Amino acid sequence: MTTQAPGAAAGPEALAPDAPPVVVAGRPRLTGRARAERNLAWKLCAPAVVVMLLVTAYPIAYAIWLSLFKYDLRFPANRSFVGLRNYTDVLTSSLWWQDLFTTLLITAFSVAIELVLGMLLALVMHRAIFGRRTVRASILIPYGIVTVVGALAWRFAFDPATGFVNELLNSEEAWLSDRVPSMIVIVLTEVWKTTPFMALLLLAGLTLVPDQLHQAARVDGATTVQRFTKITLPLIKPAILVALLFRTLDAFRIFDSVFILTRGANNTETLSILGYNQLVNRLHLGIGSAVSVLIFVCVLVIAFLFVKGFGANLSQQRGGR
Amino acid sequence: MRRASLVILALAIAVLLPGCGGGGDSGTPLVKWYVFREPSGAFEAAARACSEAAVGRYRIEIAELPAQADAQREQLVRRLAARDSDIDIVYMDVIWTAEFAEAGWILPWEGTAAGELSTGVLEGPLATATYKDRLWAAPLTSNTQLLWYRKSLVPEGQVPATWDALIDFAERLAPGQNLVQEQGARYEGLTVWFNSVLASAGGAVVEGAGQDPEVVIGGQPTVRALEVLRRFARSAVADPALATNTEDPARLRFQEGSSAFMLNWPFVYPSAREDAPAIFQDMGWARYPGVTPDQPSRPPLGGANLAVGAFSQHPELTREAIRCLVSAEHQATYAVEGGLPPTLARVYDDPAVRAEYPFADLLRDSISDAAPRPVSPAYNDISRAIYTTIHPLRTIDPRKDAEALEDKVSKAVRSEGLL
Repeated sequence: MTTQAPGAAAGPEALAPDAPPVVVAGRPRLTGRARAERNLAWKLCAPAVVVMLLVTAYPIAYAIWLSLFKYDLRFPANRSFVGLRNYTDVLTSSLWWQDLFTTLLITAFSVAIELVLGMLLALVMHRAIFGRRTVRASILIPYGIVTVVGALAWRFAFDPATGFVNELLNSEEAWLSDRVPSMIVIVLTEVWKTTPFMALLLLAGLTLVPDQLHQAARVDGATTVQRFTKITLPLIKPAILVALLFRTLDAFRIFDSVFILTRGANNTETLSILGYNQLVNRLHLGIGSAVSVLIFVCVLVIAFLFVKGFGANLSQQRGGR
Repeated sequence: MRRASLVILALAIAVLLPGCGGGGDSGTPLVKWYVFREPSGAFEAAARACSEAAVGRYRIEIAELPAQADAQREQLVRRLAARDSDIDIVYMDVIWTAEFAEAGWILPWEGTAAGELSTGVLEGPLATATYKDRLWAAPLTSNTQLLWYRKSLVPEGQVPATWDALIDFAERLAPGQNLVQEQGARYEGLTVWFNSVLASAGGAVVEGAGQDPEVVIGGQPTVRALEVLRRFARSAVADPALATNTEDPARLRFQEGSSAFMLNWPFVYPSAREDAPAIFQDMGWARYPGVTPDQPSRPPLGGANLAVGAFSQHPELTREAIRCLVSAEHQATYAVEGGLPPTLARVYDDPAVRAEYPFADLLRDSISDAAPRPVSPAYNDISRAIYTTIHPLRTIDPRKDAEALEDKVSKAVRSEGLL
């Protein structure tokens, strides 16, 4: 890197490469030197961009292309172009809307609970006086367990015949046979599994809060609650938004734990399972790709809402994942 | 430190390399049999015996498939669609024949070879291996469900013959031992159950085979079948976990002693002998229940056939291996060791089989009268449409769901829409 160009100045331009410099209102025209440096930056980025295009843009484009066909992998010769019919088929099907609603429910509940628990855990990890490493490592254990294994453990725990949960609660509930109890188990599994991830992201935010601010506030007589709401929360808001964004996008694409717990039975089918059923079970590449593309669009909408609506700033949290 | 890790790496490579060859004794062509892990080891034993009998012409190696039929199909279909030449022998559930044949994933049997394979095979199982008047696979095992009961709770001669009688009988028993075990999870097993009740009520899902069968589901027999299933699911004798139960959990619950009845495949008999000798001593069997007293029931038809993978590199050796695997001698082994009923009629008269299966004649009769599931390349979609519509059974609305079934099955036959 050159010594004269501060990294922060190159940042905003790099995010909007197509915009000609003159359009940027209120800014002077780039000097020749700055332009040369920006060109160099682009050349340095090029290999990474090419790789990105190969591994992400091509599959996405191919999925969009496939979604315009009636294409059954069992009868590849009968492939026919149907335009947007797959999309109208999906969007007019009650199954799509039902699964979208289910997915949103799971997402909303699990992310909300994770945020509260994750914040508590992050505070514990941040303030732990002794055994700090042990505390942090032990909190991370659920996140380290393979989702399928974790989900199986939860399924067996809630099984009416062999599980311990019914014995603990002294009930005879068949948890995974009804919509509401199944959803509760699914959300619990999600929360158990990914709260550590949320806590980790929030912890990264907490470490950025200067201790002097807390000390000054304490001198001024602020209570613990006041210090949390007036100092900590505003300062880690960017971290919270990024954590929420990541977790919402992840939770929206939930597949493995639901697949293990109910396989989508009792009206707990999520959009990812719907797509899986069309693609892998039925081998209907056309309509399955249409579902995948629509899931992608939903993800884009969620990301857009977070970035534009709440002002989540991803560029400050690079490497947070 | 650095040197030590290099030495370990070199050692690891030296140890692993010979294992990578795969072929082992080179020269003997390898015939790969994709099949689920049969718990008793009967399939492995047959594969070994056939390999030995082939004296160096071929060697059968088993490649493991998942235990559940849906998962088996998902894996096979994914590989075959990618033209996987590793699959020589395809283990096919009886319901996949039309789909695999129409997709060109398996090779048909012609002329005398087809005639030899069909000789002496029970009619039901043979029909499942046939599609559009051609034989596509060799019947390996057949299957049907029986009504299992506790002899101490159900006096001989009073075993119920219809679903209504069965529920009535169980309801009169004391709670704690009055459950009836069935498979009500949202999966293929639910279609198996529904299809049998529907056939016993005089109905069918589709009529005719091929790509454009006539959809006949949705009429009065469908309503009747749905009423039977709903009554069962809402009664006090259905297991609390009915909506998630598959074959094995149902068997385990029966072995715990909380149940008076169970509808299940005969594998439960050898399993009970091993796991629950007390229950085993008390186990009786009867024909699968029907719907109307004057009409004989139509039990479910299961089982599996063996086909030659269309992308196999040794199709002729594969045929030879299949002929060996489905021979009467090995079918007797599958029956005795694995609890998998034979497809050859005469194997039911084998003294070894009769010793293991005191109910051999009942099995043969049930298989002869069994209700086959719809024959269609879109079977998977049809079955999905059925079990997603009627699950969970408690919430069935017979008239509304009969209409929904007609609508969804009509779409599924044409492979349309989301499912």
